[in-house]
Amino acid sequence: MPKRTDLETILVIGAGPIVIGQAAEFDYSGTQAIKALKAEGYRVVLVNSNPATIMTDPEIADATYVEPITVDILEAIIAQERPDALLPTVGGQTGLNSAVALAECGVLDRYGVQLIGAGVETMKLAEDRLLFKEAVEAAGLACPSSGLARSVDDGLAIAEQIGGYPLLIRPSFTLGGTGGGVAYNRDELIEKVKAGLQASPARSVLVEESVLGWKEFELEVMRDRADNFVVVCSIENVDPMGVHTGDSITVAPAMTLTDREYQRLRDQARIVMQVVGVETGGSNVQFAVNPEDGRVLVIEMNPRVSRSSALASKATGFPIAKLAALLAVGYTLDEIPNDITRTTLAAFEPSIDYVVTKIPRWAFEKFPGSDDTLGPQMKSVGEVMAIGRTFKESLLKGLQSLELSRSPFPTAGYAAWDGNLGSLARPHADRLWAAWEALRAGRTPEAVADAADYDYWFVMQLAGVVDLERALAAYDSLDAVPAELIRDAKRAGFGDPHIAYLLNLDDFPPQADPDERVTALDVRRSRLEAGIRPTYHVVDTCAAEFEAYTPYLYSAYETESEAPPTDRRKVVILGSGPNRIGQGIEFDYCCVHAAFALRDTHFEAIMVNCNPETVSTDYDTADRLYFEPLTLEHVLNIVEREEPEGVIVQFGGQTPLNLTKGLQAAGVPILGTSPDAIDIAEDRARFSALANQYEIPCPAHGSAISLAEALQIAHQVEYPVIVRPSYVLGGRAMAIVYDEVQLAEYVERAMEVTPGQAILVDHFLEDAFEVDVDAIADGEQVVIGAIMQHIEEAGVHSGDSACVIPPYKVSQYHLSHIREYTIQLGKALDVCGLMNIQYAVKDDVVYVLEVNPRASRTVPYVSKATGVPLARLATQVLIGSTLADLGLTREPTVDGFFVKEAVLPFKKLLSRDALLGPEMRSTGEVLGHATQFGHAFAKSQIAAGGDIPLEGTVFISVNDYDKSAGLKLARDLSRMGFRIVATPGTAEFIRRSSIPVATINKVDQGSPHIVEMIREDKIDMIINTPLGPSAQADVTTLSAAQAAVNGIRALRSGALTVSSLQDLHRDER
Amino acid sequence: MSEPAVLGLEDGTIFHGRSIGAAGETTGEVVFNTAMSGYQEILTDPSYARQIVTLTYPHIGNVGANPEDMESDRVHAAGLIIRDLPAVASSWRATEPLPEFLRRQGVVAISDLDTRRLTRIIREKGAQGGCIIAGSASGENAVEKARQFPGLKGMDLARVVTTESAYDWEGGAWRHPQAARMENPTLAFRVVAYDFGVKRNILRLLTDAGCRVTVVPATTPAEQVLAMEPDGVFLSNGPGDPEPCDYAIEATRAFMDMKVPVFGICLGHQILGQAFGGQTYRLKFGHHGGNQPVKHLPTGRVEISAHNHNFAVDPSTLPAEVEITHLNLNDGCCEGMRHTSLNALSIQYHPEAAPGPHDPDPLFAEFIGMMLDASGRQAGS
Ligand SMILES: Nc1ncnc2c1ncn2[C@@H]1O[C@H](COP(=O)(O)OP(=O)(O)O)[C@@H](O)[C@H]1O
Ligand SMILES: Nc1ncnc2c1ncn2[C@@H]1O[C@H](COP(=O)(O)OP(=O)(O)O)[C@@H](O)[C@H]1O
Ligand SMILES: [Mg+2]
Ligand SMILES: [Mg+2]
Repeated sequence: MPKRTDLETILVIGAGPIVIGQAAEFDYSGTQAIKALKAEGYRVVLVNSNPATIMTDPEIADATYVEPITVDILEAIIAQERPDALLPTVGGQTGLNSAVALAECGVLDRYGVQLIGAGVETMKLAEDRLLFKEAVEAAGLACPSSGLARSVDDGLAIAEQIGGYPLLIRPSFTLGGTGGGVAYNRDELIEKVKAGLQASPARSVLVEESVLGWKEFELEVMRDRADNFVVVCSIENVDPMGVHTGDSITVAPAMTLTDREYQRLRDQARIVMQVVGVETGGSNVQFAVNPEDGRVLVIEMNPRVSRSSALASKATGFPIAKLAALLAVGYTLDEIPNDITRTTLAAFEPSIDYVVTKIPRWAFEKFPGSDDTLGPQMKSVGEVMAIGRTFKESLLKGLQSLELSRSPFPTAGYAAWDGNLGSLARPHADRLWAAWEALRAGRTPEAVADAADYDYWFVMQLAGVVDLERALAAYDSLDAVPAELIRDAKRAGFGDPHIAYLLNLDDFPPQADPDERVTALDVRRSRLEAGIRPTYHVVDTCAAEFEAYTPYLYSAYETESEAPPTDRRKVVILGSGPNRIGQGIEFDYCCVHAAFALRDTHFEAIMVNCNPETVSTDYDTADRLYFEPLTLEHVLNIVEREEPEGVIVQFGGQTPLNLTKGLQAAGVPILGTSPDAIDIAEDRARFSALANQYEIPCPAHGSAISLAEALQIAHQVEYPVIVRPSYVLGGRAMAIVYDEVQLAEYVERAMEVTPGQAILVDHFLEDAFEVDVDAIADGEQVVIGAIMQHIEEAGVHSGDSACVIPPYKVSQYHLSHIREYTIQLGKALDVCGLMNIQYAVKDDVVYVLEVNPRASRTVPYVSKATGVPLARLATQVLIGSTLADLGLTREPTVDGFFVKEAVLPFKKLLSRDALLGPEMRSTGEVLGHATQFGHAFAKSQIAAGGDIPLEGTVFISVNDYDKSAGLKLARDLSRMGFRIVATPGTAEFIRRSSIPVATINKVDQGSPHIVEMIREDKIDMIINTPLGPSAQADVTTLSAAQAAVNGIRALRSGALTVSSLQDLHRDER
Repeated sequence: MSEPAVLGLEDGTIFHGRSIGAAGETTGEVVFNTAMSGYQEILTDPSYARQIVTLTYPHIGNVGANPEDMESDRVHAAGLIIRDLPAVASSWRATEPLPEFLRRQGVVAISDLDTRRLTRIIREKGAQGGCIIAGSASGENAVEKARQFPGLKGMDLARVVTTESAYDWEGGAWRHPQAARMENPTLAFRVVAYDFGVKRNILRLLTDAGCRVTVVPATTPAEQVLAMEPDGVFLSNGPGDPEPCDYAIEATRAFMDMKVPVFGICLGHQILGQAFGGQTYRLKFGHHGGNQPVKHLPTGRVEISAHNHNFAVDPSTLPAEVEITHLNLNDGCCEGMRHTSLNALSIQYHPEAAPGPHDPDPLFAEFIGMMLDASGRQAGS
């Protein structure tokens, strides 16, 4: 069946900001789908509020709306663009739920928009847990027994029926297990049903019999409109049922199923597709299998591309999202060629001859007091995937990819396991390491498997690794180890540092002269001498049955390599590894641009990355893709094989930057800013010397290695001070300290965690505003990309602060300083490529806070606001163009206002302390743009999921310092008709200016108090500037409150209008 | 604990590995199979007689072995080549680990070699002779023996693997106890199955479809079968080259003359092709795997199916009355046919799966339909 010709314009809804459970994978799938639709000649309209995505680049879709994903806005866009069809299945849960909402409120009918891929009934059937269960059971399949609750009372009644705890709570229409949980008793049930109902857009949850501990499997499947059906990949979860698949270590293909049992799952998945009625596209079907007797229960299906489908695509080379798009417009699987083999078709099931392991990465350390127990609600913020010829190899490569200091071997001062087998029963972020430690300590694999509920098969694999570790640890010098043992270890996936660690074990903790210790580089040298080097293999979808033409490669230690390097000129781009807070999709965005830019030149672009969620690891982004850990060892192996002219380290965030020294020492050419300049920027002392030389102010600072020293420096630089351990990134463990007592507490804690580490103490610029600058330089010229003004004051991490282009409240005087300093610093560091500088402006002084001689988090945002593709231009600079050649010689002007807002995960990672601070904790961002600041700000708030109230009650409680600013806000809000309540001191102050205000007690003043009011939903907005921890996530700081007032005013003055990026930047291009 | 083993190929390539099966040595044609599950079914499939199977999926032995997953009474593959044998098996149905099963069955097997390179060699050069020697033998020795392997062309292996005497088959396909109980089917059709190396799952599915199946030796003359008054005759899968099976080709012609419905699978399909007057040819490295796309031409439906064949029927040599019903989407080879006036239908691959997907299941119903039609006509005439 050929493609449909009755459609012209297709609307695609993206997934919005990165949040836990809905991350970069939807940029990957959306981009792929849009490219496929465009290649077929359709006009594609995209809506996505997330500016950090490739899909929102103006080249990808025909009309790109970086606008909030709400029904109203979507309707405005539909009215403007008049699409014929809506593809709801590539934008995650957001895309799906928005499509359902648009259909239900009649918008789609009104404008004659057809749903393609999945209809409303299908989406409801799949996402409404009860309808799904009924349909599946009617088809003869089994689900756990359960009932649908729309209230807590329902929940209790169902619990009664099921007759025993634990019970699972699973909300409808959510993903990432949002709002889900396990209840072990009645009280927990009440609490969790409440939370689940809150989280579910349909206000319904399934209360279900638990099958905790059963094996969990997923099948990634596709169906076309001729009812052809294929399984792309089967995935087995190492962590059993009860841990969300997004938080489980997973393996593809399934390891512990006989063919009969596997085919049974396949048959059931097919039936599920049929009964749910997924007409075309990819879906994910989850099963629980009882390890004792093979009983199968259907857990859920997602009628759309998903995190797992991205993983399956990367694991097999089968582009699910692209195919989903093509099937939605009418093709059948047998009409679409397999890109990788070219000679065969997409109507087949990939066969793989390697093992793929996915390991999640969490960020609990950033959320003090948050619970790292894993359960049905996903908590990880990123993941790595690794390919090996065996499970051991892929697991160990995956652990190396994680970039955790403890991984894969233990580090000093870090105990993954408490010595107690019982503690393995609790699923948590470090459980695998704990199980490993238990094996190292001599516990039997049976005991470990029993305790952790891991399948014995997996534990025995781990035990095999421990055997090899023991064999290696028996030697204490490299020369003594037989080459065969090294080869065995390499074949099992051991990294060189792991082998070095084992050879040094007898000297642990280290006593010996460092020169006598074996280093990873020693291991490397000696194994290369013995001829032990990796081979490279292609991911070919067919286990070598057919020849592959797409160089998507992974390493192993086999006997021959495939896909020999070409003789073209090459550049290697180092990616950014697993997403984590502080280093996310923005960096992948830059790497992808580097690849696109290189592809337009005579250079071959070679991408190295290990993150399956990304566009950079799509097999057709770069000319060659190495799906490998971003460690010195693996990168050196690739560089030695490919012999590129240079390596790009400045786009992948801190990950490649950390490899720079090692690469340089090995003689690898680094493109762009020199490693020495990078070092100056990162080294506090060297940097302040440089700043002094140019008379650029920095906050007074010093570094201390003892409490006495710290106290002395703090005294010198004056309180408040901002303190941090010297080794950290992303604002890790940073704190603002107001007095000696707090400082002493902080230093003690820091010294405990990492003894001997220096602590940096800076004067904290209180009530300063912060400005970010992205610039590009070619060695001759420094050109500013954009100046961004933060909306929150300095002290809120730049990644968590809202910010606006152009700066709306910075004086020309300050701006001219900022421009001057930027150019001076760019030249002084001889920057070649991208650079980011953070400034704080206080009174009349512009201080420089830090310089990052690399692409920053804001590059995609700046590119969207200015229409200037910074990362692409920087790539061209890196390979020799000048900015003059590229026509970028002046700071671009910006029409209107572009407000970026951060999106925070406090709801998922309940933390003691949900206030913003110098430690970055946001997972994603959105963009709101409009010709007026107020509208742009309002859009950013709406897009971030916050509500801007147009009426109601505002609570104000500000410290004395902020009282006059608070007063001004109170007056503005009161004039707009808001009711004001305030705590006694603040109320008193406001009342003096004859503004009507009601007084409410602080919590410690007794009931009725403010927290009760908030709980009862009687407060629509909170303006609070206390000092110290608070439990509220939706607190607004003063400057943000001012922006909000602007937004409220704008919203009341007229409806929001929408415009596409292409329209905005039409003139500039 | 680990004994070495060596594999030599006809082309002189030598692989060293570890012996994981019986002691001794074995020669055969080295083929590869890309199925990711079902190694026990593959090993016990009689179609693999004289073939040494390389499994491309790296971990083999994950789920051990059990009595239910036997496709015949013993292992027929001449040997097994794998990348890695896991330390333990994990399956609630496993009754013994794979190495024990291999030793009990006397199968020489080798692990820990670069199976991907081996597969690429076979892909480039075609299936070829190979020899595995367990123990510390020299590679040259293995190559020497590999070269002595005569090849499968012209080999009549059906005669070797067939049953000695006729028997009645009992039992349906494996079902998990959780699945709704199958009604015991009324066995309304009498089917005689020629055993050229039949897989049990075919017999099980025939039974489930309502056939009372009698299995007869490969060389049973047509008269003897006709005397049993079958509603239909089934020609099974099996190893080797169809060409030398003249006895079976002749018998098939006799059934077609008598308008007895005939259903062939794999070798049975090739025999039917020959009986139609067509020719078969050898594929370069055959189809061996569980993921081959086949298009059912009358409906346009694509079936993902299990394959295991080295020979194929050349459609250009078939008479006009033979309709090609199934085409392989990868290489366009004929995967199924049906005679438009005679009651004969056949399929080149494995609708019985085991291992493999169940997509082509409906073929059994088609055979039943054919028998119904035929009996209807008879009743009417
Ligand atoms: N009945 C159950 N017993 C035990 N664990 C369950 C049960 N149902 C779901 N889970 C666990 O909860 C996780 C999340 O449930 P799921 O329905 O897949 O949510 P989501 O749609 O958000 O992915 C699953 O991956 C599984 O590990
Ligand atoms: N001296 C200072 N005065 C005020 N705020 C500061 C100061 N130093 C850092 N900050 C705040 O802390 C945040 C994080 O500091 P930064 O040096 O950018 O860390 P990172 O390198 O982790 O991004 C900044 O965005 C800024 O808001
Ligand atoms: Mg779901
Ligand atoms: Mg799920």
